[in-house]
Amino acid sequence: MAEPLLDARGVTMRFGGLKAVDDFNLVLGAGELVGLIGPNGAGKTTCFNMLTGVYKPTSGAITIAGQPTAGLKPHQISRLGMTRTFQNIRLFKEMTVLENVLIAAHQHTEYGMAAAVLKTPAFFSEEDALAAKATDLLRIFSLDAKAGWEAGSLPYGEQRKLEIIRALATEPKLILLDEPAAGMNHRETEGLMETIAKIRKDFSLTVLLIEHDMKLVMGICERILVLDHGVTIAMGTPEQIKRDPKVIAAYLGTDAHA
Amino acid sequence: MEDFIQHLINGVSLGSIYALIALGYTMVYGILQLINFAHSEVYMLGAFAAYYTAIGLGRALGADLEPGIVFFGIVLIVAMAACGVAGLTIERFAYRPLRQAPKLNTLITAIGVSLFLQYTGQVIFGADPKSFPTVLEDRSLVSSGGIDLRLFDVTILLTGVAFMSGLHYLIHRTKTGKAMRAVSTNRQVASLMGINTDKIISMTFLIGSSLAGVGSVLVGMKYPQIDPLMGLFFGLKAFVAAVLGGIGNLAGAVLGGIIMGLSEEMVVAYLSSTYRDALAFGLLIVILVFRPAGLLGKWQTEKV
Amino acid sequence: MTDAAPSPQTRFRRSFLAPTATFAVLLALGGILDRTANGYTQLIFLFMFVNMILALSLNLVNGFTGQFSLGHAGFMAVGAYVSGYLSVLTMGVGARLMFLPQPFEFLNFPIFAVAGGLAAAAAGYLVGLPSLRLRGDYLAIVTLGFGEIIRVVLLNTKAVGGARGMPGVPAPGELVVGDYVFSPFFMNYLWAAFWLTTTFFVLWRLVRSTHGRGFQSVREDEIAAEAMGVNTTKMKVQAFVISSFFAGLAGAVFASATKYLNPSTFQFTKSVDAIIMVVLGGMGSLTGSVIAAIIVTMLPEFVLRPLQEYTGVDLRMVIYSLLLIIFMISRPQGIFGKAEVTDLFKRLTKARGKDGRTSA
Repeated sequence: MAEPLLDARGVTMRFGGLKAVDDFNLVLGAGELVGLIGPNGAGKTTCFNMLTGVYKPTSGAITIAGQPTAGLKPHQISRLGMTRTFQNIRLFKEMTVLENVLIAAHQHTEYGMAAAVLKTPAFFSEEDALAAKATDLLRIFSLDAKAGWEAGSLPYGEQRKLEIIRALATEPKLILLDEPAAGMNHRETEGLMETIAKIRKDFSLTVLLIEHDMKLVMGICERILVLDHGVTIAMGTPEQIKRDPKVIAAYLGTDAHA
Repeated sequence: MEDFIQHLINGVSLGSIYALIALGYTMVYGILQLINFAHSEVYMLGAFAAYYTAIGLGRALGADLEPGIVFFGIVLIVAMAACGVAGLTIERFAYRPLRQAPKLNTLITAIGVSLFLQYTGQVIFGADPKSFPTVLEDRSLVSSGGIDLRLFDVTILLTGVAFMSGLHYLIHRTKTGKAMRAVSTNRQVASLMGINTDKIISMTFLIGSSLAGVGSVLVGMKYPQIDPLMGLFFGLKAFVAAVLGGIGNLAGAVLGGIIMGLSEEMVVAYLSSTYRDALAFGLLIVILVFRPAGLLGKWQTEKV
Repeated sequence: MTDAAPSPQTRFRRSFLAPTATFAVLLALGGILDRTANGYTQLIFLFMFVNMILALSLNLVNGFTGQFSLGHAGFMAVGAYVSGYLSVLTMGVGARLMFLPQPFEFLNFPIFAVAGGLAAAAAGYLVGLPSLRLRGDYLAIVTLGFGEIIRVVLLNTKAVGGARGMPGVPAPGELVVGDYVFSPFFMNYLWAAFWLTTTFFVLWRLVRSTHGRGFQSVREDEIAAEAMGVNTTKMKVQAFVISSFFAGLAGAVFASATKYLNPSTFQFTKSVDAIIMVVLGGMGSLTGSVIAAIIVTMLPEFVLRPLQEYTGVDLRMVIYSLLLIIFMISRPQGIFGKAEVTDLFKRLTKARGKDGRTSA
């Protein structure tokens, strides 16, 4: 088997005396779609923050495409081909929808400052190409018509979608989605999950998806990892997870409406 | 060695004045996360209030009024009151309307108030320095070897310690103090708990500003020259002292003030007076780069 | 966006139009001032250009990159002293060195100005590196500290006069066309206008490029920017260095306009002036900075000074600071917010609603 895209071993995060995540292990191969679920406060977002380098894990090792991420800054990790969305939406709110997508393409932009200042033909060609590419991405969620809007003025659901598009524009191999459906109703959520599945195919992506609501991910994830109080309590196919007594006790049992 | 001890005395004395002013900065920062640039001008106003009171009393009472602890006390109270009122007024009319505005706007407003008071001061008081009248006669208390312990230094130190202990008592032992700590921890929650945050913020300005009033009288006594721009650098350095100790932290402000006073005295004594001002900022930069939260502060990481 | 866009080559050629036209208009104004205005008014106009360059440069850091620098006067001072010193050395009274001989002498000053700008940029780099770990207020204080340290170092540098200052900074070298010799004012003005045009268009284009978007992403959300692969530290340092370079240019123009440099000119209050202009015009609005610089320069001189002569009391700065407070309370986003004057024109000519940004 080829090298795994993501390999997290024994990753642990302590905040003071509190163990937010304890001994987190996850191996993702190319093309997988894996769900990371668990009740509120289970440590899901903390995992994302460690994987993307926002937090430095207290112990454990993470490699992305064979490259250890210890000591790397978040942007360097991002440039290894792994990017993310944020649970609490972190768009560049006062910039336009198009600009949000273009920023993600910043790392792939070739022209220098001199070209920008002199407005060389190369500058125009590349900017045009970038804009065209960004507009194509915006079409996935029919946001192209709102390219000139301020990102902060988009309705909530569209802001979540823009976050996904922005992440795609970094041209990732692996994308971490943090509750992309939060705040959406059931029908919207289903639509979104379908789109995510489609994006994965079209862009040949590996997806790690955080979802609070377990039923939603059952349909599209091949494997699911369940966290509770920072501890991995189960890992398996949706079928296995559904029947796992620990999951039922910790998660479904105590939270009947989920 | 005697030299060194003498400089130590002078440094601590200067440092306790810095500490008094630094407390005002740190209290306001703790509660509003605002660098109150106008604080240094409140201190300047205190000095002028003290000045005019002393002159006025001197004229009214003539020879009956002798420099002494009573005179000093009266002047001190007037300066504190004047500063308190000034602080309250500034908070009410310049900062309160901007409570929801971006931080930068409040900061610029603070700079605006500071400029306004400097220039208004120049128009009203005149731009030339005035010599501060004698409210307390300085004399040597203990003099042996090369060391000279003077009344002013002792007064400054005692006054400083007295007011700082008073503040400590107020913050940690009274209901108002508890409310102040609550508001500085989390204004929204404090407000939900039924604390009148506006009132507590006003209290903070009142107390912080009156401490600046104390500082202004002490400076007037020790370095008997005052002018409308006197707050500019002194205030900046007191602020640096507050950051040094860990802004928002009261003990830190006192520690920072003492360090500032001592190091300034030592640099002037053993190196060169021209680098005095650079020292304050050099110290600051070193601290912020290596320990951004200051000596006693806590550094908070951003929540993602 | 509606019409089929012309080819990149065409647009490249057209891109020279706006700067050239701007420069030409400014020069025409300079010609008029040269003939009609007195020395005092002329000097005010030069100061206005200095302020414009200063405000524009600071806007890159404070407005577009969202960092808070309070030490801009220090970088201006570096530029002023380097350029001023080189000018005194080569063109001052009794100068022993010669840089460029006539008829190229007029190019001395722009070269010195760039040298000043580069020195300021180097200072900006040194300041930027350690400072940029800090945010918000902390960064403000550290930059303030660095600004003051630069000033104290100048105060203690004998070669540039220390506290006495550096007198006799000469005007830019003479330009002789045929047998017409341009006046020293016009030469000052010419270069001031040149650097202003350069500063404005460089920044205008930069913020509308991928680099500018990088700066702005730092302002909007550093954590998200990092997640999108933007090296935020590098962006901040770049913004600081570029901004310092232009602040240095402003200093160079200032030096040759006033003919006399003193460290006390570059106090903390000078940095505050720069901040005021940026905030007044709108953080992130370049045209706003330009207009704010006009107001800040002209209001005390041409409106408040007559008032002072009438009342006999110097209330200029009192009124100025009071206006600042009132303005901050009543219009916190500045005159233009993030919009540019050109956006307003667009709205007036009804070039359709939503599109915010355009490129020129």
